Amino acid sequence: MKRNALAFWGACVLFLAAILVSTELVANEYWFFAGYVILQFIVLSVAWTILGGYAGYVNFGTSAFFGVGVYTAVFLVSTFGAPLPLQIAVAAVVGAILGFAVGLLTLRMQGIFFSIATIALTIIIETTVTNWRELGGAAGIQIQRPPVSPPFHSYVQMLVFVQALLVVLSVAIARYIQNSWIGRGLQALRDDELAAECTGVPTLRLKLTACVISGALMCAAGAPAAMYLQYADPGSAFNLNYSVSVLAMALIGGTAHWIGPVIGAILLGVTQQLLAVTISSEVNVLVLGIMLVLFVIGAPEGIIGLFRNRRGAEGKT
Amino acid sequence: MDLLLQSVVTGVLLGCFYAAVSIGLSVSFGLLDVPHVAHPAFLVMASYAVFFLNDTYEIDPLLAGLLVTPLLFFFGLAAYRLYYETFERRGTDAAVRGIAFFFGVAFIIEVLLILYFGVDQHSVTASYIGKSWRFGGMRIPLRLMVAFAVATGLTLLLAVYLSRTFMGRAIRAVAQDEEAVRLMGANPVRIKQWAFGIATAVLGVAGALLIIVAPVDPTLDRAYIGRTFCVVVMAGLGSMTGTLIAAIILGISETIVLTMFGASWAPAISFALLLGVLAVRPQGLLGRR
Amino acid sequence: MTSSETTEAALLRIGGLTKRFGGFTALDNVSVDIRPGERFGLIGPNGSGKTTLINCISGAFRTEPSTVVFNGEDITRMPPHVRTRRGIARSFQIPRPFRSMTVIENLMVAADFTGGHLSLTADDHRDQAMAILQQMGLANKANARVTGLSQVELRKMELARAMATRPKLLISDEAMAGLSGSEVDEVLDLLLKLAGESITIIMIEHIMQAVMRFSQRIMCLDAGKIIAIGQPSEVMGNARVQEAYLGT
Repeated sequence: MKRNALAFWGACVLFLAAILVSTELVANEYWFFAGYVILQFIVLSVAWTILGGYAGYVNFGTSAFFGVGVYTAVFLVSTFGAPLPLQIAVAAVVGAILGFAVGLLTLRMQGIFFSIATIALTIIIETTVTNWRELGGAAGIQIQRPPVSPPFHSYVQMLVFVQALLVVLSVAIARYIQNSWIGRGLQALRDDELAAECTGVPTLRLKLTACVISGALMCAAGAPAAMYLQYADPGSAFNLNYSVSVLAMALIGGTAHWIGPVIGAILLGVTQQLLAVTISSEVNVLVLGIMLVLFVIGAPEGIIGLFRNRRGAEGKT
Repeated sequence: MDLLLQSVVTGVLLGCFYAAVSIGLSVSFGLLDVPHVAHPAFLVMASYAVFFLNDTYEIDPLLAGLLVTPLLFFFGLAAYRLYYETFERRGTDAAVRGIAFFFGVAFIIEVLLILYFGVDQHSVTASYIGKSWRFGGMRIPLRLMVAFAVATGLTLLLAVYLSRTFMGRAIRAVAQDEEAVRLMGANPVRIKQWAFGIATAVLGVAGALLIIVAPVDPTLDRAYIGRTFCVVVMAGLGSMTGTLIAAIILGISETIVLTMFGASWAPAISFALLLGVLAVRPQGLLGRR
Repeated sequence: MTSSETTEAALLRIGGLTKRFGGFTALDNVSVDIRPGERFGLIGPNGSGKTTLINCISGAFRTEPSTVVFNGEDITRMPPHVRTRRGIARSFQIPRPFRSMTVIENLMVAADFTGGHLSLTADDHRDQAMAILQQMGLANKANARVTGLSQVELRKMELARAMATRPKLLISDEAMAGLSGSEVDEVLDLLLKLAGESITIIMIEHIMQAVMRFSQRIMCLDAGKIIAIGQPSEVMGNARVQEAYLGT
């Protein structure tokens, strides 16, 4: 196990270093704009997998948590002029509380009620924010970026690095959960919740834990988006497309292992960027939906499942 | 006071319409336990079919709804077969993937509608759309009355079907104890498939009512996820009578909030009610569990 | 039921348990004391409330205002996983294994959550699990996926997983249903061996020879009520019991 840990952390350090170096070498800002979006989706997909993949509770409310992250940042910036790290930290706390509340409300029931409740949450929060004039209401609100500090040349480059940090954080957390007794308990309750209870697994507590962690990470991923766009409006921040995209990325990548959502997010994120730029954003969603349905029918364990079957391997990292 | 009375009356009419729109889900989700989040998408798709027939051939929307019904029935049969073979049979993780499947299908339908018809709203024309009746001190749009009449008829028809006919009772039996039905020599899968077909077929007329009552756009299914699931959950899974009562409660709640607070809060009402029901009384009013 | 017979306190005490589902009364005023180390048989026709009683004991169903007292402690309000940690384990009538895991992983879950996971290492848990599998005759299937097991292997794994929670009371819910003659004997011998290790066992079964051989006391339920409780021969000879099984 020790060797695995070293390899993992080594890879993380290399990854962050590569991002830093790229800010020096790459001149075209477009790569950073696109890169930010993909990194953001990696965080969201990994966070989603903690509850959706490990515990088996399909969260349709990624958009809700993301949007709450955005608006928490908006609120802090426009009211207090708070710096980015504080925005992210507070967003994480808000996300944790929201995850706890939603979990407490719905995790005692069957999985589908949880899923529908998360859709309900998205719409209710979106409607509330739309009616909240101080946050800009339906029209939206403009955000001012503070000046950027070295070693970054542009604000977007810094945001890319921040999201990269969040990627490392979320993957590290997911990896820890997966390999620990928490992960095994979640796997048991996903397989058969009643049997897990009767085998001593505190199912409600574990589900709530997963929900809290997942929510916190999703909100944290949303916070920098306010600065990224320099603009926020409820229609975009709470757009259900986030929910579909993240769901697709996680399920297509495969949810048994944290590497699944990473693969899914990169693959689909890149596809999305290409399609949105070359064809249209509607075709983008269509392709996403079709891929989701195809994978869910044909490759239930996602891309990592396909790899496993081909190699006949059965290991965990 | 007059305004309140008008709201309540409109709410009741609207509620009966919601019942017709949700009754299919009462069968597919309430009785068959299919996590059918694509139900509202099917509904909107039916509405667009009705629009197409009304726009191109000038067929009356209700008639168009009836014409689409058999197509929808077979579509429902096929859809259930696919769902069953892929998900119900396989066990592990099937619940997660089943929900994701329907979510994906809903989005595909939504996007295809956008690509084919565009994002703008569409409506139908008929002799009863555009007029209002005066009743005491109230003005009731005629199309709402038509929707009310047809919806009530449809709901009662389905309720009678489920309780009086052989097939209907077979469906209720399968919902209660599938194993017992199998032991009696019947094929529960065929029965469930038939039930799902009926639940989808009902959407033909329901879709017509949808576009009669108000213009439709491709993203309308999102609002109706809230409304239909709110009704079905509040009713108590599988109860037809409950569906009617719950739908009327929703209808009245929506119109009252609309009158008192304006349209910007409207999208959230059904979802808020749904969360409330889940929190306080998850088994609903008249549920089977 | 008279506690004056015993000098030790009852391990499990159920007082006046009535459980209703809507208009249907599944259990009607059921009271019983189970003694420590007892081999207790529970019989009754289908639908008489046996599994409901088990669900009430294990915590899957709520029982208020009736109480369930285990090992001197009122466990009425405890959720199933806490009761399991207190020492109540059960198998399911239709086995409910963790399908994405291997046999030994199934037991490891039990070890993780009832074995004080903070004090023992994963290796210790694995050794404990292997020991149980050996006892059950499943050692060679330790790394097999659950989906490939035969019926009798699944039943044994259910019991093994229940045993991995180190219970004081084990409830076996129709572990022998549908098994062949020799398989029934296998499971029966297993349960007798466990009983020999001072584990209190409640056995629900329809196979009468097995119940007769196994039990020190038998209780018969019918339509939620206790219609007979006592020595196996008494209960089997009871006219009402025979009527309940053969019907009227």
